[in-house]
Amino acid sequence: MQLFTCPFCGPRGESEFHFGGDAGNIRPEGDVSAEVWTDYLYFKNNSRGAARQIWMHLACREVFLMERDTVTHEVISSEALVQEQQA
Amino acid sequence: MTRHYSAISLLKEGLNGQQGWRPAWRSPEPKKRYDVVIIGGGGQGLATAYYLAKTHGLRNVAVIERGWLGGGNTGRNTTAIRSNYYYPESTALYDLSLKLYEGLAKELNYNIMLSQRGMMQVISSPGEMEMAARQVNAMQVNGIEVELFDRGEVQRRVPIFNFAPDARYPVYGAIFQPRAGVARHDAVAWGYARAADRLGVDIIQQCDVQEFLIEGGRCVGVQTSKGEIRADRVGMAVAGSSGALAAKAGFRLPITSYTLQACVSEPVKPIFDTVLLSPMTGTYVSQSDKGEMVIGGGLDRVPSYGQRGNLPQLETVLSGLLEMFPIFRQLRLLRQWGGTVDVTPDSSPIFSESPVPGLFVNGGWGTGGFKAIPAGGTLFAHMLATGSHHEISRPFDLARFRSGHMIDEAAGAGIAH
Ligand SMILES: Cc1cc2nc3c(=O)[nH]c(=O)nc-3n(C[C@H](O)[C@H](O)[C@H](O)COP(=O)(O)OP(=O)(O)OC[C@H]3O[C@@H](n4cnc5c(N)ncnc54)[C@H](O)[C@@H]3O)c2cc1C
Ligand SMILES: [Zn+2]
Repeated sequence: MQLFTCPFCGPRGESEFHFGGDAGNIRPEGDVSAEVWTDYLYFKNNSRGAARQIWMHLACREVFLMERDTVTHEVISSEALVQEQQA
Repeated sequence: MTRHYSAISLLKEGLNGQQGWRPAWRSPEPKKRYDVVIIGGGGQGLATAYYLAKTHGLRNVAVIERGWLGGGNTGRNTTAIRSNYYYPESTALYDLSLKLYEGLAKELNYNIMLSQRGMMQVISSPGEMEMAARQVNAMQVNGIEVELFDRGEVQRRVPIFNFAPDARYPVYGAIFQPRAGVARHDAVAWGYARAADRLGVDIIQQCDVQEFLIEGGRCVGVQTSKGEIRADRVGMAVAGSSGALAAKAGFRLPITSYTLQACVSEPVKPIFDTVLLSPMTGTYVSQSDKGEMVIGGGLDRVPSYGQRGNLPQLETVLSGLLEMFPIFRQLRLLRQWGGTVDVTPDSSPIFSESPVPGLFVNGGWGTGGFKAIPAGGTLFAHMLATGSHHEISRPFDLARFRSGHMIDEAAGAGIAH
């Protein structure tokens, strides 16, 4: 069992979390080409080693940014996407 | 020196104290230049090399493998072979593969131990049964022989299944493909390697492809741990490493790498003579020739290149198994392992020239590319020899993600592997 740290609830078992894709994959705005849409929708960084990813903690429904190593499974950091005072 | 495998050569070598067998393939030093370089010595890469040499007469070919042959997913898979897919594009691909498998032991002079014991997909609700009838119709329209069993037929064939009145997953029926089955994974890799080597292909193990040689925007070879190797065309068939390797060539793929794990029990006497899958529990099982129960299920939920599984998914798979086969509670697990599989959004593979001309991709097989090795090799060889698609591989081009022509088998046939 891997332990991931939800910035709001603390360390929890991996089965409480849902993978949400690459961090920084921002939805394109306006009139964009099919290539840009395709890239946004389907193409992945799929990094080997250190990766910045979006995760949801299913228990509290919060979405956050986690940096983890996809080979060693080490969790490097996790942080809220929006700071609490701004939310 | 004995090369051909036959009853006579066995007898001859038996009388000679087994001294005359040749190694199944050479271990050459890489040349400076090849017509085609294939990265990845799994089943897909080795089959590609074989068909390049055999069908297209290209013999100046190298397969470059960073570990040992079949040490990736090919040697880790649970070897379910079937062609009961939903979409005609998939059927064309996977049934070509099954047909080639049926003649493969003879063609390669290597016993791949194909056992067509059929595959049964158990249905456990009335709604699912209606979908099953629809799937069976689609498969039959695609020209595949499949049957829809009722509960009685499942009970007759698999008496050890849990038919108790209070079973969590009651049996309503099953989809059955009689030609499906299993084969020996190592033998498929080794058989293709030996046959390719004999046609002149250089198989280079313990050689890591580290960078691509790109000149004028075109891929002209690879930089490896054994030096630079140039080639007219480069093909990658690296399964779970597809994303990492594509990054070195400067492009991304619609692939996420996940762990898929499997396990085997201690060997027991023959008790189970088909391959059984339950979409409801997500678990599938077959019995190996040695007697072990070979058990698999769905993906681990966390993207990973770690080649090792995690307990939550193993627990899901095994609880599904025990729900279906209470008798297996007495079994002990012997081994458990994981492989890194390359999962696409529509659960269908990719055959494509990459955004870097001269570099071609065979990948995205996810949890089900073992069954596709003979066809994958045939089609990728065609692509590397001619620079363009075989009719059967065309729908699997990367272009489908832009045009929206997905071949969504996860939604269509509802099962992976
Ligand atoms: C647990 C498990 C169960 C499965 N069950 C089934 C099943 O029942 N039926 C089915 O059809 N499929 C199944 N699969 C999927 C199947 O194993 C794969 O789709 C198939 O083996 C892919 O073959 P391949 O040759 O593309 O990949 P691989 O066999 O993984 O070969 C790729 C090779 O590329 C090499 N490589 C990677 N990077 C480099 C580099 N930079 N330089 C040199 N070499 C490199 C790797 O070392 C590896 O040997 C399963 C997979 C797993 C993990
Ligand atoms: Zn939380």
